[in-house]
Amino acid sequence: MDILITGVLLGATYSLIAMGLTLQYGVARIMNLANGEMLVAGAFGAFWVFTAQKLSPFAAALFVVPGAFLLNWLIYRYLLRPLVRRAKNRGMLEVDTILATFGLSFVFVGVMTFAFGGEFFTYSYLAEPYRIFGSPFGQNRLAASATAAVICGLLYWGIHRTRPGTAMRAVAVDPTAAGLVAIDVPRVSAFAFALGGAVTATGGIVLSTFLTMDASIGVVFTMKALIIVIMGGVGDVRGAIIASLILGLAETAVASLIDPGLTLAAAYLLFVLILLFRPEGLFGRRQS
Amino acid sequence: MKRRTVIGLAIATSIAGALSAGVASAQNTIKIGAVAPKTGPLAAGAAITHWPNIQLWAQQVNERGGLRMKDGSRRKVEIIEYDDRTNPGETIKAVERLATQDNADFIIAPYSTGLNVAAAPAFAKLGYPQITATAITDKIPELTQRYPSIFFALGSTTALAGSVADVLGKMRSEGKIGNRIAMVNVADAFGIELAEVSRPVFKKAGFEIVFDRSYPLGTQDLSPVVKGAKASNPDAFVAWSYPPDTFALTEQAKIEGLNVKAFYTAVATAFPAYGGKFGKSIEGHLGAGGVNMDSPEIQAYRAAHQKVTGKPADFWASAVTYASLQVLEQSIEAVGLDRKAVTDHINKSTFQTVMGPWKFVNQSIDKFWTVGQWQNGVFHGVASTGLPGAKPVIVKTGW
Repeated sequence: MDILITGVLLGATYSLIAMGLTLQYGVARIMNLANGEMLVAGAFGAFWVFTAQKLSPFAAALFVVPGAFLLNWLIYRYLLRPLVRRAKNRGMLEVDTILATFGLSFVFVGVMTFAFGGEFFTYSYLAEPYRIFGSPFGQNRLAASATAAVICGLLYWGIHRTRPGTAMRAVAVDPTAAGLVAIDVPRVSAFAFALGGAVTATGGIVLSTFLTMDASIGVVFTMKALIIVIMGGVGDVRGAIIASLILGLAETAVASLIDPGLTLAAAYLLFVLILLFRPEGLFGRRQS
Repeated sequence: MKRRTVIGLAIATSIAGALSAGVASAQNTIKIGAVAPKTGPLAAGAAITHWPNIQLWAQQVNERGGLRMKDGSRRKVEIIEYDDRTNPGETIKAVERLATQDNADFIIAPYSTGLNVAAAPAFAKLGYPQITATAITDKIPELTQRYPSIFFALGSTTALAGSVADVLGKMRSEGKIGNRIAMVNVADAFGIELAEVSRPVFKKAGFEIVFDRSYPLGTQDLSPVVKGAKASNPDAFVAWSYPPDTFALTEQAKIEGLNVKAFYTAVATAFPAYGGKFGKSIEGHLGAGGVNMDSPEIQAYRAAHQKVTGKPADFWASAVTYASLQVLEQSIEAVGLDRKAVTDHINKSTFQTVMGPWKFVNQSIDKFWTVGQWQNGVFHGVASTGLPGAKPVIVKTGW
């Protein structure tokens, strides 16, 4: 039972890391390697709100979410749109955007080091036990899971039940065909990219309540997000959620039952297995 | 016509004056190279322990008017900084660049054990003294034999582990704890080496290691580790941990209610941020490092650190880093810019530093802090290899 709950909590954490990238890669077709830095920027916002303003770190969402949305929209509009236009096919776009966002990640690290300094930023918030079936769990991790559930629910509902969501799914499936049925593909892509950035930054706010971060740590989250997005299948929110939970449960089970030293090995083994047997990911569509 | 000449002359002299002043000051400043992480996994540690001390030292030296050279002249220092992105290859490249292109007179030793060991051949080849303040290793005898220019000041792995065993042994003999130790380590060079060294040390001291696990660097959820440690019902918890996991293990132990009488985490326990994050609940926590807060030199140093850099010094390697710069400063003042002579001087002399008198024996300082403890919001040194000012160890009472 302990393993199950701990695993789900960790899975929820992972889904917060990966959800934004799913949108950015699935819909806007941008493999954003600066994704982790956006998460760290959100975490910085929360840290600042908590230490300097003495408010709940979640209050940072008030400016972090719109700020991240705007910033990512601008990045897409002025930095990535030219690449999208220039690209002759999807492969070329992927290579170009990987290179561009890889460079962008260094820019972000530099700017954040300059703006906030290179030190650790860590604080205690809701670091109190909450008992479920007699076992203590961190309240901050529970809060993170609740946030993850809300975000995933909203995204799922938005994508599957609303008109803009339908447009996003259409673009995810086939941008050319979506254009033919009068969907403004560039606009939908920009929206998806900006939304993905905002979701990632929100994840950063929540994770900062229990993870110690610094300006350079973003790449760790980018890697995790990449694994989850590829495992779950490109462009499917459900896939990312399921993959996060599987990863969280597997890592916790291995850590508790076998050896914590093997968690990384277990995660990558799962990754390899999925790639071997379902190269398109759990919920991905086979390329025709 | 006359007036024009006067103006022209005035301009000419002022330009010449400015030029000669520029030349003079360029000739006069001593170029000090510095390479350490500003980005990458070790950037945060370097931002706490390494870079602020360089800033503080340069500011203090220049405020005094510069280094007082043998011939009575004063020469200011100019720091040339490079970011090695926590990449040993970049550290080596930057050292070479500082020596050959920037013509640095001296180069401050890099940050951390790994980067210092990686850069040691470059320092030795180029003939620059390397006074390390953040390198801990059991390979000191081999390294000092191979590289005549390297110096160590923070201690050895075995001494660090041995001191933890001594502290716990003393608590046991006073009847404060039993002999069950739960030990975890981060699966990275530092953690693995310390775990391997400490296993026989703990066994020899009569302790029983009831839980012994490692976890990968960057693990985002350490609750299975802490749950396992708690289930083994230990008297003492020892973690050979790195900064992010030091924070995470402590928070998780608090949440799980891991109630041990002795709680030890390694690197970052001495960071002010650790005290800042956990407040009163870490009273009695043991960790790597320590400092003698009763020493007036340390008090003055910490006050200056806060004033100049705007942040507090850590309770371990900060003062050692500053002392290593004082060694460089006093050597240059004594023998000048000849790097060979400076290296010889470091080997032979006794230095007055914020850490007290320093004398390198076989290129290393043999008196250093090993274990510290949070007591009333300050991380005091409680065990060392012969330094004065150790506080008695207290029992951790709960969260």
